[in-house]
Amino acid sequence: MTNETNPILDIANLSVSVRGEDGEREVVSNLSLTLARGETLCIAGESGSGKSMTALAIMQLLPQPAARISSGQIHLGDTDLATLDGRQMRRIRGDRIAMIFQEPMTSLNPVLSIGRQLTESIEAHTSLSQAEARQRAIEALKAVRISEAESRLKQFPHELSGGMRQRVMIAMALALEPDVLIADEPTTALDVTVQGEVLELLRDLQRQHGTSVILITHDMGVVAEMADRVIIMRHGRMVEEGNTSDIFARPQADYTRELLAAVPRIGSGVGRQKSRDVVEVSKPANVADVSDLHVRFDLRGGIFGQVTRRVHAVEGVSFSIAPNETLALVGESGCGKSTTAKALAGLVPYSGDIVIGGRNLSGLGRDERKAVRRDVQMIFQDPFASLDPRMRVGDLVAEPLVIHGIASKDERRDHVAALFERVGLSADQMELYPHEFSGGQRQRVCIARALALRPKLIIADESVSALDVSVQARVLDLLKELQREFGVAYLFISHDMAVVENISDRVAVMYLGQIVEMGTRDQVFSNPRHPYTRRLIEAVPVPDPAQRRTRFARLDQEIPSATRKIGEAPLKLALNDVGNGHLVAAED
Amino acid sequence: MTSPIAPDLPARMPVKPRAGVWRRLVKRRLALLGLVIVAIVVAGAVLAPWLTGYDPNEQMFDGLTIEGSPLPPSAQYWLGTDLLGRDLLTRILYGARTSLIIGIVANGVALLIGTLVGVTAGYFRGWIGSALMRFTDLMMAFPALLLAICLAAVFQPSLWIVAMVIALVNWVQTARVIYTETSSLAEREFIDAERTIGASAPRILFRHILPHLLPTIIVWGTLGISTTVLLEATLSFLGIGVQPPTASWGNIIFENQTYFQAAPWLVFFPGAAILALALAFNLIGDALRDILDPTQRGRA
Repeated sequence: MTNETNPILDIANLSVSVRGEDGEREVVSNLSLTLARGETLCIAGESGSGKSMTALAIMQLLPQPAARISSGQIHLGDTDLATLDGRQMRRIRGDRIAMIFQEPMTSLNPVLSIGRQLTESIEAHTSLSQAEARQRAIEALKAVRISEAESRLKQFPHELSGGMRQRVMIAMALALEPDVLIADEPTTALDVTVQGEVLELLRDLQRQHGTSVILITHDMGVVAEMADRVIIMRHGRMVEEGNTSDIFARPQADYTRELLAAVPRIGSGVGRQKSRDVVEVSKPANVADVSDLHVRFDLRGGIFGQVTRRVHAVEGVSFSIAPNETLALVGESGCGKSTTAKALAGLVPYSGDIVIGGRNLSGLGRDERKAVRRDVQMIFQDPFASLDPRMRVGDLVAEPLVIHGIASKDERRDHVAALFERVGLSADQMELYPHEFSGGQRQRVCIARALALRPKLIIADESVSALDVSVQARVLDLLKELQREFGVAYLFISHDMAVVENISDRVAVMYLGQIVEMGTRDQVFSNPRHPYTRRLIEAVPVPDPAQRRTRFARLDQEIPSATRKIGEAPLKLALNDVGNGHLVAAED
Repeated sequence: MTSPIAPDLPARMPVKPRAGVWRRLVKRRLALLGLVIVAIVVAGAVLAPWLTGYDPNEQMFDGLTIEGSPLPPSAQYWLGTDLLGRDLLTRILYGARTSLIIGIVANGVALLIGTLVGVTAGYFRGWIGSALMRFTDLMMAFPALLLAICLAAVFQPSLWIVAMVIALVNWVQTARVIYTETSSLAEREFIDAERTIGASAPRILFRHILPHLLPTIIVWGTLGISTTVLLEATLSFLGIGVQPPTASWGNIIFENQTYFQAAPWLVFFPGAAILALALAFNLIGDALRDILDPTQRGRA
């Protein structure tokens, strides 16, 4: 904001086109934007809006040979980046424009040490000696608040957690003090508590160095938290541009309004009208009772491959789900929530008791167990990965019926057609293959498939996390409608507190394989007792720039590992009832 | 909580029912070329007695020069004669029978064994998988030729026995490759999804994993044709393959290779025949792989 007249980056009429099956298609059309020194510009939009392509065009890293800049200029200071050759552009990348990618797992080279990767780029762009470059690398690591920076240089990417890795990426990007930092969904792959920390770090560093930042995100909460100015994109075009407070308070374009309306917010879950008391009074038999569930994975090591360590993924989890009820299991990556789901769905071996529809699974033979399992179906996180790409969706939805020998071929067809209609697809789409659908539609196919057997319980494992917010909102609505209609219970697994508040009746918070707090939605969200629950709720970025936090909840330390040596089982937390069935783990 | 907003992106409109695999195969120029070559070879093998006036094993009175060298191609012997004065064209036509049987049957059986072993080991892992794969490694480490010789010594050599011997030697590589691919497929989420709806192991293997292995199987199948044809030739050369004077493309080459400099056509023509057949199957395989992959639909 200091030098309005002289923007550091000036993009004029940029168009990017991609050559595809049916000729060239514009993925970015006629985009113009400027970035002032020290400013944070957020480019927000849903998948396919062209926001990442814009970033890659600036970096001149468009996927070759399919994509190219078809028109427009990109000025960095006085240089037009579009006219530079490969060698000149390499000098600019890293030195003057740096980029952070979404996936810290894959954007660091797994076979080189952190130190090597950091000093490499420093040495490539400066004339510093090896020792000086090392010094600079240590300073960069300290700047991103990585403890014991010196010894970290020797570590390899897999020895660091996701949040640490992303901080290393930031350290790498900022080590050369670039003029412009492009961050493409930098926190999307991170847990909320870690996300808050990384965002705060970015903001501090930007303030210190005066770097201009282009932050690309789909998350309006992140936008509200970080941006000075916002550009909303859709289908490759800029829909709206303005100051953050204006965009949030007075959105002009319809699309912006829709986008903001679709964002799940904590505290807006009151719209859910279900009388919990009725269920409480009539007390129908539970759909599922899980008690003292343990899942442990042995890690083998040593010369003879003996078990040396054990991952305590789930440690004594107990809960029950009533018909027509949604229990949400929340927690961060590695807390064991997905493993719990897998145990329930019969995908991993477990110890403890799982009772479904009054029958304990462990006492049953193979065929009986198969029959009982019919009542439990699962919807996975990634609709792109969970449908066999070589089968027609109609056959995929019919498959559960075929396997359990239900109905004749014609009846099945009608049944599947009805299911398609019910989840908002049309029956003539049954002949298509999964890749011919969008992400939201595929998830609808998965829902239809899960419903085919009329299960009593559907496990939804992060089922809306991979979807755009507007699609997410509609899929959540569909799930709620289906619950009303079929009386199915959901075990809803998510890391997203806002989504959880929207859909759940009861909430269980998991941490390191154990439940630390469990209660009705209101109990947990309006009166969180356990410090971890509180931290989870506080860490969610609020999609309102007026509520911007000055300080994020910062983790005192990294979440400890669930991997332990043999014979060192973790302490089992005792849950105390603090009133009306609100269970909270005692603190030590 | 939200106003209904724009619907999900529309899916591509349903495509008309799929045209038959055959119709789509002949529409591709290269695949058509492959089919034509295979058709010619098959026709040559079947119609050999009518296509040539010579007997494949008859040593022609005028089939050698006075010095005893084979004759180059001429109007009388279109592809020349071999070192015993037999008509080369006739021998190649009759040899096609042997080579087709070896190339298709031996190779097919090898693929079948390799795929079954690989899929089973890759999907079930555990001790079954380990046992199967260690056995495969053992077979791999054992010299294939030595094994073939042992097997051939036990059984009375005949065309079918030779085919089986070749199959028993050749399944190993396929098993290794299929194993690796199956174990990565088994980790994919849609396989977990299948298990949650109660799909049995055979169903997952045959309905969901096998179709994904098709491209690999097809590639190995086409590669295997030239390998098996040549392996049969090696066995013939060692006297444990198809017994002379029965012609096969491989043993024509082996019988005559010492005369390569003096009479290059003796090696060139049967060699070209093997190459053409392998190429033809390769072209067909390539096209099949694309046609059978629904995710490739609509692409060039």
